[in-house]
Amino acid sequence: MNMICKFICKLKIKKADFDLIVSHAKNNLPNEACGLLAGKIEDGIKIVEKIYTLTNIDESPEHFSIHPQEQLQAIKDIRRLGLNPLGNFHSHPSTPARPSKEDIRLAYDPQASYMILSLMDETPVLKSFHIEKAKGTVLIEEITII
Amino acid sequence: MKLTVSGKTNDYSEKLTVKELIVLENIETPEYVSVSVNDEFVKSGDFETHLLRDGDYVEFLYFMGGGC
Repeated sequence: MNMICKFICKLKIKKADFDLIVSHAKNNLPNEACGLLAGKIEDGIKIVEKIYTLTNIDESPEHFSIHPQEQLQAIKDIRRLGLNPLGNFHSHPSTPARPSKEDIRLAYDPQASYMILSLMDETPVLKSFHIEKAKGTVLIEEITII
Repeated sequence: MKLTVSGKTNDYSEKLTVKELIVLENIETPEYVSVSVNDEFVKSGDFETHLLRDGDYVEFLYFMGGGC
């Protein structure tokens, strides 16, 4: 699959939500952490309004699977709040913020943003991707922290 | 009958199965979707036979996982 380095979508996230993802990832070390992103889409820009920190049932530093019941409860809350599911996030404790082959293989939702936080270096690095397996493309989404 | 699907309530024909709803809703990559009806996950083997009822609340959930 080709990694195309161009921005197809812009995504905005509040500094407090960025900090929440970082703290969730650090609290789950040495394992990967994960969760869902919810918000609105305005003029093609995804605006993250709420982060759901969920359980990685794999309890692994190299894999994650979001707890299905927690995922369902989060989706219900997203509907209740009138928001849209925007995608998910997970952490890479010791590798870069780029989708692995496994991440791409398991990216089943063609509408979702796949956000990855790397804790490999002292400063956390957050990136987001749009993965369309049918087209064989991985596109980088531009993140703005507001 | 009325169903609430992915948060939106609409009218649907009677005797609709989960599999038929997946087609009707144009769910992408349906082989990787799990379906909950009234907060209970329906086994994929039952999609063809599980009949939806008036007032059911349906969510389509993609498996979300990966590895570094």
